[in-house]
Formats: sequence, structure tokens, C-alpha cells
Amino acid sequence: MTTNALFSIPESSGHDMVTIAFEGRNLTVPAGISVAAALLSNGVSDFRSSVVGQAPRAPYCMMGACFECLVEINEFPARQSCLISVQDGMRVRRQLGASAINIKDEL
Amino acid sequence: MGNQSLTVIGGGLVGAAIAYGAVRSGIHVRVLDQGDTAFRASRGNFGLVWVQSKGHKLPRYARWSRDAVTRWPALQQELLQLTGVDAGLQQPGGFWLGFSDAEMKARCALLENVNQHGGEVPFEIMNRSKLVQYLPGIGQAVVGGSFCPMDGHANPLMLLRALHAGIICRGSEVISGVEVARIRFDSEKQEFETFSGDGRSWKSTRIVLAAGLGNARLAPQLGLNAPVFPTRGQVLITERLKPFLRYPMNKLRQTLEGSVQVGSTSEDVGFNDGTSTERIEWLARRAVTTFPALAYARLVRAWGALRPLTPDGYPIYQESSSCPGAFIATSHSGVSLASVHCFVIGAWMSGMAERPPDFGVFNGDRFANSK
Amino acid sequence: MTVEIADLVIVGSGPTGMAAACEARSLGLSVLMLDEQAAVGGQIYRGIEVASLPRTNILGDDYAAGRELAANFRVSGATHLGGAVVWNLSSDGTVDYVINGKSRKVTGRFVLIATGAMERPFPIDGWTLPGVMGAGAAQILLKSAGAIPTGSVVLAGCGPLLYLLAWQYFRAGIEIRAFVDTTSPSAYLRATRHIGGALRGWRDLVKGLKLRTALRQSGAAWYTGCSNFSVQGNGRAEGLAFSHRGCAVRIPASLVLLHQGVVPNTQLSWSIGAAHRWSPEQLCWEPVTDAWGRIGEAVIYVAGDSRAIVGARASAIQGRLTALEIGKQLGVASDIERRLAVLQRELRQHLHIRSFLDVLYRPLDEFRIPGRDDVIVCRCEEVTAGQIREYVELGCLGPNQTKAFGRCGMGLCQGRFCGLTVTEIISSARGVGPADIGYYRVRPPIKPVLLSELME
Repeated sequence: MTTNALFSIPESSGHDMVTIAFEGRNLTVPAGISVAAALLSNGVSDFRSSVVGQAPRAPYCMMGACFECLVEINEFPARQSCLISVQDGMRVRRQLGASAINIKDEL
Repeated sequence: MGNQSLTVIGGGLVGAAIAYGAVRSGIHVRVLDQGDTAFRASRGNFGLVWVQSKGHKLPRYARWSRDAVTRWPALQQELLQLTGVDAGLQQPGGFWLGFSDAEMKARCALLENVNQHGGEVPFEIMNRSKLVQYLPGIGQAVVGGSFCPMDGHANPLMLLRALHAGIICRGSEVISGVEVARIRFDSEKQEFETFSGDGRSWKSTRIVLAAGLGNARLAPQLGLNAPVFPTRGQVLITERLKPFLRYPMNKLRQTLEGSVQVGSTSEDVGFNDGTSTERIEWLARRAVTTFPALAYARLVRAWGALRPLTPDGYPIYQESSSCPGAFIATSHSGVSLASVHCFVIGAWMSGMAERPPDFGVFNGDRFANSK
Repeated sequence: MTVEIADLVIVGSGPTGMAAACEARSLGLSVLMLDEQAAVGGQIYRGIEVASLPRTNILGDDYAAGRELAANFRVSGATHLGGAVVWNLSSDGTVDYVINGKSRKVTGRFVLIATGAMERPFPIDGWTLPGVMGAGAAQILLKSAGAIPTGSVVLAGCGPLLYLLAWQYFRAGIEIRAFVDTTSPSAYLRATRHIGGALRGWRDLVKGLKLRTALRQSGAAWYTGCSNFSVQGNGRAEGLAFSHRGCAVRIPASLVLLHQGVVPNTQLSWSIGAAHRWSPEQLCWEPVTDAWGRIGEAVIYVAGDSRAIVGARASAIQGRLTALEIGKQLGVASDIERRLAVLQRELRQHLHIRSFLDVLYRPLDEFRIPGRDDVIVCRCEEVTAGQIREYVELGCLGPNQTKAFGRCGMGLCQGRFCGLTVTEIISSARGVGPADIGYYRVRPPIKPVLLSELME
């Protein structure tokens, strides 16, 4: 679960702030930063569980290459949190294993 | 038969299955395989273990495909026990999907025709409302489908690995990185000698050409005819998704690992095994039309592979009359037919069994007038 | 679909791309720049347009130098499309990219690949644990969000970026628990053979010495010549274990930042079927180009770190040189030759230090080719070094075969984080040089895209 944050953002004051929800917990973070940065500076240490071994994983490269930072954003599975900026009201959850696609019967 | 030895040229799905079948018949086999960047139709195989609609112009082929899917579970079990590699066979039945009433009508006629000629392939034509019970989430554009309970799918890559591992487990060999330049037949000694481009050579009393597209060039050296030509198939592969598709379809399936494969184009582009954005986009549209929820699945790879096709699309299996002991095997259904390639063709081509009955229809001589 | 046309399409907005765009615009060429990130700067100048003064001060002069380049780019008249994911490149100059959820096409009379570098994978026991990340990744957090470590942090590995980050953390007031340096005294000895070049590039040498001096003064525990890394922890990083002068050391840490240099991002050049050479000095693949960065007979050029690692300043100059060469090809009348000569002289100044750095910070074999069978090589599909060696025993000669046999390289990162390792593992297992092992056949999409994004 969440632990002491690995990072902090000391220069937050003076920034516009936005509020996002991580698994129901509200986080107030500087506007413009990535979702990954927001989570890492708010005590989220594991972002997802791996697809094959269900092992906890977290961002490794922070530049869109490694796909370790995948989270569910606004019900969309497996988004790259290091490439997406926080938006006010965003709902973020861990990505557990593979993406699920949402089947709706089209009768 | 202790002094008999077999060289199989080609370590793809066809060559490896025949080689493995020969090995289990008790003969020593040497598989000569190309290297890392070979064309390898096996890597582009769609992975269906399929029988419905096969052989509508050639009843023997319908029966052959039927035998193949029936005997697949035995191959799957044997390879799993011997090598620990799971070729991923699942046979829940499979669907062909129709997008218009005209397509449905033609489909029904085609499947009935197969059975009128002794196909014995059970099938059921379903309308949309019935189809949805099996394939929830199917798109509005799908009007119906045909279901065959014998159809299924497997993992072509794991099958290939299992066959290679099986050949090695049983004490035969796979030699990789070999480009076969020519083959010589010594009729006095009843011996074949295969020469590679880099100066190596191997002798054997029997030889099987299973080199896919390479067969076209090698066959005439042994008095055989195999005018195979490349047809490119492009396939899309998504990220792994949680299981949502219980049944494979002719154009779309979810693998055991979770990826969805979308196939396949059929293009005449010579020896170009690349991809094209137009075809990728076309396949993507078709996938989403079939399953709208796939709109939010991510494409990880697009793949182009060259299938070795004969002019009539059916395989070639034949022994050379001028070079006895030399055989050819060419098929683009390396997954569906893997079991019979192993159990039947392997035994025949290694000299442990007679040619299967009514196999004259698969002679390459039928293309004597084609180039 | 309407196809846009530009004289020059540039992929990547780091120093190479921005400098090339400025130069091409000065020749009057139309320029379209595509970049996955929203803002310009690439990774080296990440956040350059918005970084606060205190943050820029922490990051240092080399970072601040990007501000002028970005400003010049903004007024150059080049079109910049941020958030554009290039998913296909064709040899004829057609680029397919996704922007705002839709695929679009642009044809460049010429295309410049300026996709820069990525951190070299660091496959060791425990490198997949949360709390382990690239030092470059941590630096991106600093540049883009002003984020700094809060708990116990260890920096481990080698290379200029690792020293730079330590220095930046020092300036930010972060206490580094330990600096675990894999550079051995013998590497310094070997590197001195290249000291001549390094002295000609004395500015860079002085900069490096300054960093090391600052690090000494910071009081961080500094272990040199370390080996045998293992990140320990249950579900997250709790410490780094290593060997130092024959002793086993374990440093508790919640954040372990690994780094052993950067390597060219070659996905695009591989995808068009370009020939690549294995660089025995930099231990990575480099696309084969002419002196100007042109790939074969194609209209595609590559410059900067995505051609071969040269650093930010040299990358910018290469970008300019390539733009000038393209200007020549397009018949732009201008005094190009003299400008070329000036830039080439400048470029040489920046390259003097390279061979010294390559030797000094050559990543150790054990950190590129895991000896332990249970070390994960492919993070996506969780394939281990031992499995790759097993497939080699089954007859696999190269990475495309091991990929087929074990799914290594089939995940969402598309082989970016296992490719080099797999080539080198196979190379070592077979006793054949990496050049003869080869690399993955890189196919589109260059980055994963949603199926819906490919539909009109």
C-alpha cells in the first residue's frame, strides 16, 4: 500500500494546485506535473501489479519507454502516468495485471 | 533400419513436426534450420487449429484436416510431458463471422458442400441473437456466424519450441544457421548429401524438403515440383488483456496469454515481409467493427509474414520417383496440421509407414504446367 | 485523408531537434516537429520552459543552456506538435503519428530522427522492485516537477549523469545515503591512455572534476570499484547489497537510483530496416549513416544521441549540420559551406572527451550480462537471463528466435528494456560477437497505440 513518500515537491507553494483522487484518497498537487510525479510525491510506492507474476511495480524510466508506471485513469486501463499531466478531478487507480476491456452487449 | 538417417530441410512448423514424428518412429534425424532473420512463416501463423470449411474443393483435404484436429490433443499431451512446453491447445469450438445475409447464405452452402463430399464436419449456422450468447460484446455489423465444435487454437511459437525441444530430448539434432545451397543424390549408395552455402555438408539415406518458400528452388534438384509462391499475411497483436473471448474466430482470437490477434491480410507483394499502414489501419477497423470494445485495446505489434502457397492452396506431400527416399512437404497450415504432420507424415517419410491412402491428390506433379 | 507535406519533419524536440529546426528555418525550410512530450526540451532539457529559477539553479548551467535554444526554437517559425506519438516511419519520408486520439500522416521531403537516448538497462537482482529507478528518471522528476527524494537514497553505477544527479541533489540539500560507484581504479588507469583527447576537451574534464570534488565534500559515503549488486526488499526496495573491496556491504535505502550510461534510442532507425553497427566502445547499436547522418539512400537522417552518444551540446551541433546538409540537398542558396566548417570545428571540441568517458565509464560485464539465471531481463514478460540461455541451448541463434520461444521483448515496452541485454547474453553464451547476433526486428507501431486511434 502507500508508504512514506519517496519524493517530495518542496516548491509547491505559489503553484496552482489541482486535486486528484487516488483510490478514493484526495491528493492536492501542483498543476502541470505528471500523474506519476503526483503519486510518487504522495506516498504511492507501487503503481501496478505485473501481468505475468502479479509483482508490484512502479515507474522506472519516467520518459514513456518502460511502461512500468501504468495506472487506471478515469476508468481507462493501463495509462502511462509519466506522460499524462494531472487534471483536476482525475480518478486514478492501480493497474492490476492486464487491462480489462469493457464488454457491453450490443443487442 | 539402424543405418537409416533422415535430413529434414527446414525447422519451421512443417519441418519440425515431421522431424519430431520421424524421431518418435525411431530414426535419427538432423534438422537443418535457417538463422535468426529467416522469413519463417511459422512466426506469422495465426494459430488456429481449424477444420470448418477446409477442403471444399478437395474432399481428401477436408478429411485430412479433420484427422488433424482430432489427433491434436495427443500431440499436445505428448509434447507437454516430454518437454514441459505447453503448446497452448484449446478446442472449445470456433466461429466464422458473417457481415451480410449474402455472406451467410454462401457460407451455409459451402459448409454443406464439404459434408456432401464426405467431410463429416459438424457445424451450426447461428443468427445474431444466438451468436451473442457465445460472443458477448460482438459488434452490430455482425449478422451471424457458423460454429464448428471441433475448431480451436494453439500457440504457434510454443508449438515450434516444443517440437524443437522434443527433437532434442529424443536425441536427434537441430542445426541452426544453415542456408542449404544444393543437394546431391548418389543413386548407387542410395545416399543424399546436403551442402550449405558456407561449405558444410551432411549425408543421410532419406531427406525431406520442408523449407517453405525454399522448396520451390530445392525441389527440382530431387526430381520434385513445388511451385510455391509467397503470400503476405499481416497480423495485429494487442497488449495482453484480461480474458474476455471464449472462442477463437477466423479473423480474431484471444491467446492464452491474453493478447488479441487480428488477422489477416492476403497480399501478393513478392518477398516483402514488411507491414503497411493502410493494411494495419484496415485490420484495426475490422477488429473494432467485430468487437467495439477493442477500440481501447492497444496495438503492440503488427506483423507481416510470407505464407508459402501452392497454386491451388492445398499442400504438397510426395516422394520423388527419380530419387527414392527424397520427400517434399509444403503446407501453409503448419499449426492445424501439426499432429498429422507428426504422427502420419513423419512416420511415412522416415520409412516406418506406408504412404497414407488416397494421397496421390497431394502430388506436386499436379502443377506440372505451372511455373 | 489529407497528407501534410513539409521540407523537414523532425521527430524529437531535444537539443538535436530544436537546433536542427532553428537552422532549417534560417534557410527558409518548412519544418514540422513531432514529439511525444507536450513541451519541448527532450529529456535533457525537460521542463526547460517552465522551470523556476531555484530549480534551474539546482540543475546547473548545462541545463539552463537549454532555455536559449528553446526560446530560439519558439520564434523560429517551425511548427511544433506536442503529444504526437509517431507510430510508423517509411523510407519515403512518410510519418504516421497519433495526436488527440487520431492517426495522421505527414510526408517530409526529409525526415530527421532526433529521438535521443535512453538509460542503459541495468538488469540486476531486484531491479524491478518499486523504489528502484533510473537516475535519469529521478532527474526527470526533478526537472519536470521539482521532485526530490525524501527518504534514504542510494545512487549506484557509473557515468556522468550519475555524478551530475549527485551534485544536483547536493545543491538541493538532499543527503545521499551512499554513492556506490562501479568505476574501479583500473578503469582510471585505462582511461588515462585517452587523456590527450580529454585534455583537448578540457572544459568538459574540468566540469567532471568539479562534480567529483563537490561530491567528496558532500560527505556522502562513497564506495568505489563496487560489484555484485542486489536490490533487497520485500515488495519494494529496502536496501542495496554489493561487494566492496572483497567485503559484502548492505546499505538500507527506500530509493535506489541506478545508472550506467545512456544508449541511442534506435527504434525508428531499426524500423525502416537501416543497417546498424555494434559499437564496441559504447556497447550499443548505432545506425550506419554517412557523415551527415543520412541512412542509406533514404530521405531519412539521424543526428544527436540517437545516432551515437555525443551529449547535448554536440547533439545540437549535429542537428544543425544535418539541417544544413538537407538545405543543400533541397538546393537552398545560401552560404552553407562556411557555416558547415565553423560547426564542424565546434563539434570536434565537444567530441574530444568521448573516448576518455567511454573507457572510464564502461559498464561492467556483470551489469550488462547477468550471471545469475534468475535475474529478470524482460521486465514486461518477466523472462529471466537463465531462460534466454536455455533457448540458446535449444538452438536459438539470435534475439528474434528467443523472442519467439519465450516472449522476451513482446511486451508493451517493445523490447526497449531487454534488447541490448538479450543480444549480449546470446553473444556471451554462444561465444559470438554482438555484431553477428543482431537485434530485434522492430515493427510498427513504434509505440503502442489504441486500435481506435488507427480508425478514421
